[in-house]
Amino acid sequence: MSILLSVIYLIATVTFIVGLKKLGHPDSAKNGNLIAAAGMGLAIFGTIFIHDLQVPTIIYVLIGIAIVLGGIIGWIIAIKVEMTKMPELVSLFNGFGGASAALIGVVEFGNNNIPATDATIVATILSAIVIGAITFSGSLIAWGKLNGTLKSVVKIPQYNIINNLFIIGIVVFSGYVVASGADSSLFLYGLLAAGLVYGILFVLPIGGADMPVVISLLNSLTGIAAAVTGILYDNMVMLVGGILVGSAGIILTVAMCKAMNRTLGSVIFGSFGASAGGEEGVNKTLGTIKKTTSSDTAIMMNYASNVIIVPGYGLAVAQAQHVIHELEELLTAKGVNVKYAIHPVAGRMPGHMNVLLAESNVDYALLAEMDDINPQFNNADVVLVVGANDVVNPAAHNDPSSPIYGMPILDVENAKHIVVNKRSMKAGYAGIENELFYNSKTSMLFGDAKDALTELVGELKNM
Amino acid sequence: MNELITFISNNLQITYILILATFVGIEVIKSIPAVLHTPLMSGANALSGVVIVGAILVMLHSDPQDYLALGLGFVAVVLGVLNVVGGFAVTDRMLEMFKKKK
Repeated sequence: MSILLSVIYLIATVTFIVGLKKLGHPDSAKNGNLIAAAGMGLAIFGTIFIHDLQVPTIIYVLIGIAIVLGGIIGWIIAIKVEMTKMPELVSLFNGFGGASAALIGVVEFGNNNIPATDATIVATILSAIVIGAITFSGSLIAWGKLNGTLKSVVKIPQYNIINNLFIIGIVVFSGYVVASGADSSLFLYGLLAAGLVYGILFVLPIGGADMPVVISLLNSLTGIAAAVTGILYDNMVMLVGGILVGSAGIILTVAMCKAMNRTLGSVIFGSFGASAGGEEGVNKTLGTIKKTTSSDTAIMMNYASNVIIVPGYGLAVAQAQHVIHELEELLTAKGVNVKYAIHPVAGRMPGHMNVLLAESNVDYALLAEMDDINPQFNNADVVLVVGANDVVNPAAHNDPSSPIYGMPILDVENAKHIVVNKRSMKAGYAGIENELFYNSKTSMLFGDAKDALTELVGELKNM
Repeated sequence: MNELITFISNNLQITYILILATFVGIEVIKSIPAVLHTPLMSGANALSGVVIVGAILVMLHSDPQDYLALGLGFVAVVLGVLNVVGGFAVTDRMLEMFKKKK
């Protein structure tokens, strides 16, 4: 490898680290992303042009076509996608990365330049194939689940045992292929197929609420696949870039689990839906709910001095993020102190709600994180909960039998009045009853979030 | 066990890099606030597209007559670029919205 290319890879690696670091602050994040992107571009062009191989022109042309083709498609998808669809998009792109790693492994296994007797190399290739295949099929299943193509949670009986036996089988078989030095393409395609099947088995039984955790985990795996491929080529930018994504992805996964009070083990092996299923029928003891109208809510808000808005995914589904911003501006103009309380897992991924609200021009300074806003609910005259459910369920505090017991929540029940906008009394993602709705301070404003908020804004304008 | 020790001593440099890069990844991410987790996930996802470097190497090393290797390499490059360009572009779009409003 030429010195120039090594230097380019070194620069690219540094841009990845600096870029990730800068992504950690809202002010520098955009720059961080651009820096990492520039480093990536540098690494890609360096790889294409700086080498001492005799490469026929046709191959350059093909590489050029592939890059332009992939670049244009990727760009169009990225520009067109709605912000509410972000989680499934990340999942889809991630799947492509995994597929790319698996394909590289497939080609290199058949490559005669590589001595099949070198156990390290065979092990590396097989890891790239298996990990790449798992991320590819797993990400596609996650994508299908998030965009609603795959609706139901498919639970094969004893899927834990089956899945674990399956992955152990893959590892053992890979070990056998490495140890025996068998240079058989049959084994190769067998492992590829097994990886694909495991990806499906792994993601299929996982509930929708846990999907962000799974995507983050798969993202981390793609990084590891890239790093493994880097070992194969003794390529530092792939190795370090891949490991960075791998370890960052694991930390992010753990952070997400923490925000939902779940352990990684319970996400992968757990049965959220199953244990919640037995909890039904207890709502008799919860009392009755109180309905309210948009005009009553408008009056209450008009005379409040502190209002806290708790947005949930229902807000995003109804595309009501622009209306809620209008409501907030209107109230602020009337001298009401308005804030948004953002639960770490509001939306479908951590930080997803922030993106959605930022899209509708909500001032970043008005978004308060859970730990900062929780003490302020005591002083709130009105809390407006829009399309959120489990993140405001007091059962997390006081019902040890609840599946969400111990999950950090927004303490909205401390406010003087709570108005909850929901489409119906349907339970939230966790599938459990919410006693907040039966609280004597709570009134329910039923209806589609966008319609209800538009009506509310209309009432306020007339005051 | 012996094989593992031999592997590590044969690949000492890579082993060092693996361990150090793991810690860098953890430390860099640890301080990131929850609000930025979505763009971070998307940005890290774009970075994992670095696998495209390998896909390009596959194509550069292929014999022009080896249609299978070239074809698979071609698909790998397309998918890798999709991951990289799409990932960075969508992260940029998200972060554009975080810009401070005047």
